[in-house]
Amino acid sequence: MFMATTLFISGCATQQQSLYEELGGAEKVNQIVENFVIQIETDPTILPYFEGSDIDRFVEKLSEQICALTGGGCVYSGDTMEHVHAGMNITEADFNRTVDLLIRAMDAADIPHRSQNKLLKVLAPTRKEMLYR
Amino acid sequence: MRQIKCVISLVTFLLLSFDLFAAEGKLIGTAGLMQVEGSGGGGIVPWATLAGYDSQDQTSFSVATTQVDVDDYRLNVLAGAFSLYDRVELSIAHQRFDLKSLGGEIKQNVVGAKFKLYGDVVFSQLPQISLGIQHKKLEDGTIASALGAGSSSSGTDFYIAATKVHLGAIAGFNAVWNLTARATKANELGLLGFGGPVQQDYELMLEASFGILLSRHLAVGAEYRQKPDNLGLGEDDWMDFFISYIPSKNFNFTLAYANLGSIAGAPDQSGLYLSVNGQLW
Ligand code: HEM
Repeated sequence: MFMATTLFISGCATQQQSLYEELGGAEKVNQIVENFVIQIETDPTILPYFEGSDIDRFVEKLSEQICALTGGGCVYSGDTMEHVHAGMNITEADFNRTVDLLIRAMDAADIPHRSQNKLLKVLAPTRKEMLYR
Repeated sequence: MRQIKCVISLVTFLLLSFDLFAAEGKLIGTAGLMQVEGSGGGGIVPWATLAGYDSQDQTSFSVATTQVDVDDYRLNVLAGAFSLYDRVELSIAHQRFDLKSLGGEIKQNVVGAKFKLYGDVVFSQLPQISLGIQHKKLEDGTIASALGAGSSSSGTDFYIAATKVHLGAIAGFNAVWNLTARATKANELGLLGFGGPVQQDYELMLEASFGILLSRHLAVGAEYRQKPDNLGLGEDDWMDFFISYIPSKNFNFTLAYANLGSIAGAPDQSGLYLSVNGQLW
C-alpha cells in the first residue's frame, strides 16, 4: 500500500517535471553533449564539418540550447541555427547520421529510451533550418 | 555438413558486407518492411515510405521473403525493391499461393512503382504522402476464370498513402500510423483474378496500420486491409497483429498473427505471417 501510494505520488510528480529534469538536469545534459562530441570526433563523415570549430563553445552552446528547449530555464545565447549551419550544405543523410550519433551519446549517458525520444522531438524542428544551406 | 558451414559463412560474410555499404540515411525502424505485394510498407498494407534507408542523396536495394501460412492456404512471396533518392520506389514480387487442402498452386507476379509526393515520415509536420501503382499478372488464370473472375490475366491497383512517425508520442514511445486508399479490382490480391459477377469495376478500399516502437529495435502493431467481394464468395477484410525485430538498418524480422477471414469459400483462415527483410545496399 505504501509502495503504491509512493508510486502514485511520484507518478503525479513526473507530470509536472520538465524534460530537463527528466533527463537528469545539467549534469546529464552535459554528459550527453560531451559524449556527442566524442561520437563526432570518431565519425569520419561528420568530423570534417567541425574542422576549425571551437569545441568548447559548441559544448557550452549546445548544452544551453538543450536546457532552454527542455524547460531547464536557460536562455540560449548562441547564434541562430540558420546562421550557425549556413554554408555547410548539410545533407539529409548527414543530418540523420548526426541524429544517430546523438542517440549513441544518449545511450552512453544511460538516458532511457522514452526520454531520448522526447529530446529528439524537441530538437527535430531545427532540421529544416539547416539542411542544404 | 560442410555445405551448411559454407552457407553460414557466406551469409555471415554478406551480412557483414551489407553493414559496410548500405544506405543509412534514415533513422532506424523508419523504413518499415516490404508488404506482400512487394511495396515498402507494413506487412499487408503499402505505406507512403519507401522500402530502403536511402536519403535524398542515396539509393538502396532491399529484398524480402515472406510466408503467410493459414489453415487451408500458404502464400509465399519473394520480393525486391529499388528505392531511389527517397523519392521513387520500383519493386517486383513473385507470389506463390499454395492450395494446401485442394492441392495445386497459383502464381502471380507484381511490378510496383511508388512516387513520394510530399514530406518526411519523421521530420515534416504533416505526414509523408506517396502515390503508388501495383501491376499484377497471373501466370495461369485457370482457377480465376473457373471462379468467374472478369479478368483472369492481369489487373492494376492504384493507391495513395499517408504515413507519419510521431516522436515520443505515447508516453515517450515513438508511434507510427499509416492510411492507404486503394482503387482495385483484385480478388484476394489478384490471385483469384480481377473483378467478377458481383462487381466488375474499380472499388475504393481503405487500409490502415498502427505501430509503436518499443525500442530502437522492436516494434509492435496492427494492420487492417479492406477487400472487395467481386466474386460473391464472401471475401473478407484482412488484419494482422505484428512484432518486428530490427537488429540493424540492414535486416529485420517480422512475425505476425494474420486473420484473412474467408478465402474462396473456406472460412476463418488465420495463421502465422513471417517476413525476413534485408537491405543489400
Ligand atoms: C538537431 C540538430 C542540431 C542542433 C540542435 C545543433 C545545434 C548547434 C549549436 C547550438 C551549435 C553552437 C552554436 C554557436 O556556437 O553559437 C552548433 C554548432 C555547430 N553545428 Fe550544429 N546542430 C545540429 C545539427 C548539426 C549537424 C547535422 C551538423 C553537421 C553535420 C552540425 C554542425 C555544426 C558545426 C560544424 C558547428 C560549429 C560551428 C562553428 O564552429 O561556428 N550541426 N550546432
